Amino acid sequence: MIVVEQLTKRYGAYTAVDHVSFTVEPGSVTGFLGPNGAGKSTTMRMMVGLTPPSGGASTILGVPYHELNNPGRTVGVLLDASAQHAGRTGREVLRLGAMVMGLPDDRVEEMLTLVGLNEDEAKRRVGNYSLGMRQRLGIAHALLGDPEVLILDEPANGLDPAGIRWMRGLLRGFAERGGTVLLSSHLIHEIEVIADELVVIGSGSIVAQGSKESMLTAAGSLVRALDRDALHGALDSAGLDFTSDASGAFVVQASTAQVGTAALAGGVVLTELRNGGSGLEDMFLELTAADAREEVLS
Amino acid sequence: MTSQVATPSAGRRPAPEIARVPFARLVKVELRKSYDTRAGFWLLTTIGVISALAVVILLFVGKTQDLTYDNFTAATGIPQGILLPVLGILLVTSEWTQRTGLVTFTLEPNRWRIAAAKVVAAVALGLIAVVLAYAVAALANLAGMALRDGSGSWTFGIDGFTDITILQLLGILGGLAFGMVLLNSAAAIVLSFAVPTVLAIVFAWNKIASAAPWLDPSTAQGPLQTHDMTGEDWVHLLVNSVIWVGLPLALGIWRLLRSEVKSA
Repeated sequence: MIVVEQLTKRYGAYTAVDHVSFTVEPGSVTGFLGPNGAGKSTTMRMMVGLTPPSGGASTILGVPYHELNNPGRTVGVLLDASAQHAGRTGREVLRLGAMVMGLPDDRVEEMLTLVGLNEDEAKRRVGNYSLGMRQRLGIAHALLGDPEVLILDEPANGLDPAGIRWMRGLLRGFAERGGTVLLSSHLIHEIEVIADELVVIGSGSIVAQGSKESMLTAAGSLVRALDRDALHGALDSAGLDFTSDASGAFVVQASTAQVGTAALAGGVVLTELRNGGSGLEDMFLELTAADAREEVLS
Repeated sequence: MTSQVATPSAGRRPAPEIARVPFARLVKVELRKSYDTRAGFWLLTTIGVISALAVVILLFVGKTQDLTYDNFTAATGIPQGILLPVLGILLVTSEWTQRTGLVTFTLEPNRWRIAAAKVVAAVALGLIAVVLAYAVAALANLAGMALRDGSGSWTFGIDGFTDITILQLLGILGGLAFGMVLLNSAAAIVLSFAVPTVLAIVFAWNKIASAAPWLDPSTAQGPLQTHDMTGEDWVHLLVNSVIWVGLPLALGIWRLLRSEVKSA
């Protein structure tokens, strides 16, 4: 379990992270979502003691990070997959980690196999790795000490869709065994695939947090029917707010259950009904609009 | 998700059997990091090869009466005096320029211990280098007698060993200190060569030449190379080393403890 309380980082007059608080429970994968420069990495660096906070505190399993003995055995950290000596081989990077943590060399081979780096790749120097391979190596390094908690900054960056799916399986399995996972991303699609809880940060402050389900519900429902007019009537008589989108579907400000009930009452045959009518992405852009570098085009 | 209700495992603490990383292990890792990269491997190899080369050159071009243990050791001292500070610098700065500090300082968040492990590793590497130098010089001295009927004098004494050892350790520790202060390989390497050169030029000026043994490292360390340290020379060396090794090291450790470790 990770507890972050009122973490704040100021650089002179500029506040990079402003009173950020959240909790990551064991057994869940929490996505830390925000546009570039929102303060995700700074928050994570403060959590692991690399950046001294201007205020606030954080604990891992109830202990401040810098007080953990041999922290690699409790928390797996990946802050930047490219932050490895270019002249070191992949295997050597893991071996150094294993040495510090006091683990046998077998553990290194186990992790290489787990993340799918073959013998030829393990012998190669990290400078010649693709970003995807560095991420795999970074994940292997984070998992070396068999930790209970994972803190991963942009781990899916550079992975192909198959790689993202692989990571989802890996992290979900880790969480199901009681592990705690916090991973950041600036890409909503990655987070949507991997995480089940969300913390959204914009411009250094938390703008939303909750389960992915509840956020999707908040984003409304999308519905389509064989008979568009009949559906229009059914939604009207149920008193639901809705708009129609360019493709002719309706985006309804209600849960899928409410929309389904309305359709049943009106005897309408639905061809599509799902969460997130306006999309998690639209919501994300909206939530962070004030801080985004680009104007959100509506 | 932010419910304050305690879940069964919410009170879980880190496993109590996990002990602190032993200091010796940190030193071992720092030593390994000095040779497990391509750059590190070649720097160490270069130090060894050039030390041997300097001796071999003296062996074949030196006058026979100059083929003494003292001179062979001195020949190894020149390349080592240049390269050991670079080795010291890279022990620290690669954590920043190669950004490995992100891993180093998360696996051991107590930065004092990392700084101390680096100092111990630097001293160990310096000792290995001088022991190698003594061995190569001894072989050359034997070869000089056999091949060129050289003097083969072993006159050196305990003083000789301590002088050279102190000289090279000051070199590698000075490099380490500069590295910690600047946290940048290029800047630290340039400055660690430029500063002594500039000082040597400045103190060539007659009016302040008397202060040179106190303030100029080359002047203070001169008698170490010629093995004629007097009591006064030791005092000069001590003061000078406090200024050029001790203070930078203190400042460097202070900076290492406080600076933010970032990836970009």
